[in-house]
Amino acid sequence: MLQLNGLTKVYSTGDKALSDVTLTIPNGQVLALIGPSGAGKSTLIRCINRLVEPTSGSAILDDINITTLGAGGLRKQRRRMGMIFQEYALVERLTVMENVLSGRLGYVGFWRSFLRKFPQSDVDAAYRLLDRVGLLEMADKRADELSGGQRQRVGICRALIQDPSLLLVDEPTASLDPKTSRQIMRLICELCEERGLAAIINIHDVALAQMFVERVVGLESGKVVFDGGPDELTPEVLTQIYGEEDWEATIEAVDEEDNEGADA
Amino acid sequence: MTAALDVRLGTVWKKPPFIKKRSTRILILVMVVIYVFMATIGTRGVANYLAVFGIVEEGFKFGVVDRYLTGIDVNWSRIQRGMARGMQFIGGFFHPDFNTHWVDIKQGMYESVVMTIASTVVGIAISIPIALGAARNIAPLPVYLICRFIITISRALNELIVAIILVAILGFGPLAGFITLSFATIGFLAKLLAEEIEDMNKVQAEAVESTGANWLQRVNFGVQPQVMPRLIGLSMYRLDINFRESAVLGLVGAGGIGATLNTAFDRYEFSTVAAILLIIIGTVMVLEYLSGIIRARIK
Repeated sequence: MLQLNGLTKVYSTGDKALSDVTLTIPNGQVLALIGPSGAGKSTLIRCINRLVEPTSGSAILDDINITTLGAGGLRKQRRRMGMIFQEYALVERLTVMENVLSGRLGYVGFWRSFLRKFPQSDVDAAYRLLDRVGLLEMADKRADELSGGQRQRVGICRALIQDPSLLLVDEPTASLDPKTSRQIMRLICELCEERGLAAIINIHDVALAQMFVERVVGLESGKVVFDGGPDELTPEVLTQIYGEEDWEATIEAVDEEDNEGADA
Repeated sequence: MTAALDVRLGTVWKKPPFIKKRSTRILILVMVVIYVFMATIGTRGVANYLAVFGIVEEGFKFGVVDRYLTGIDVNWSRIQRGMARGMQFIGGFFHPDFNTHWVDIKQGMYESVVMTIASTVVGIAISIPIALGAARNIAPLPVYLICRFIITISRALNELIVAIILVAILGFGPLAGFITLSFATIGFLAKLLAEEIEDMNKVQAEAVESTGANWLQRVNFGVQPQVMPRLIGLSMYRLDINFRESAVLGLVGAGGIGATLNTAFDRYEFSTVAAILLIIIGTVMVLEYLSGIIRARIK
């Protein structure tokens, strides 16, 4: 279970990116974080694994306060939080296999990783994951030879091989076409269900979020302004999160997509 | 159509000037013209010109400013005498003499090649950790300052100055040259590599960090793959520079082909000088060709 208590981030420029965010995410819950650009979605998930240092408040993962950990303790906890990035963030000049295995870096020593002599169990796990996402044949290709959707699958494998209990997902579909977007979202949600993983998914495609998740949190100017089920997202709520716009069309589109989305 | 658009339609569009105030622009332009004029032709040039028309006397001086704004003094008679020697020198290229001092040339080349390779390898080995320390995005501030200081020292001291000092300490020979070039390589390679690291794609390194990797693993997985092609390219370039520098360092006694070259100059053996220079040019061209091939292969 992940608990965020009054998480606040003020950047050195004085911008208040997060103010007093309090959330509880039970084990195995997939949560979509929606909100306009600059609302603090990325900052929020980066404050959880401390790629960004929160100014105050705490993030507690299964009774361990991540915000107060020293460098060694933080590395150990980061192993339990897999992260998936917007622009895939694969190391482009490394092979697919190296990228996937880099998810095990928190578990193996420097020399082992430097010589690429990962334990056989890690190698097998990498092969299994690549097979699961349909990229087994690509194992020795360089990451920059893959298409966007394929790269994001590798990114998913890298996060999952960490054997995490929580996934932090930052705009996984922002650079993908609509069909691939859905496939990636479906894959992430399926894998979370298979493994009982909790996930926080930043996403600005409201319709896509509604299709796949059980809980939606709306963030606006660093504050939580909505927390509820996907069907509670009414035009009034969307106006509160994003500002005035004709929301009926968005919501209708979702209903249509729901009907034909299953076979995409 | 809005009123604001109406006003703009039909008006000429120009890129806004870098310096907004027109008078400032003209003032700066005038000052640049005066400066360039004074720096190159100078008051003496003007005085000489006026003297030709009999407006001022020969050797006229513009008071106090004449001491500072003389421009570049050109001594034509000296150039005339020098031209003859220059032609003799260039003439040497038409009949380069490889044979008379071939043993010396061979010895000098051997020393230079050893000096170049050894100093490049050692220089790179020292540069890499310093470059990591001098990249602000991966090193803590105290380490950063120390590494930047080392780089600055290496860059501030010209090869020739270091070589002169080291020759005084270690005596004539390639050892002084080897240490000089290793030292100079640090300033070059560590600085450029550090800048490359600072410019790298941050998210790729962040992704590696987010897995719980330690600092060395982050460098190995997140940084190294991103900067490797540049490191190899820079290393090849530095090999090239070190070879050329080794020819210059010989002039101050730091061994290598430069020492052979210096001896030939001292004896006015311009044919041998030409032969040595041709060998240097050939070697640099071969290195250039090789580095081209290697860099094309690494992407």
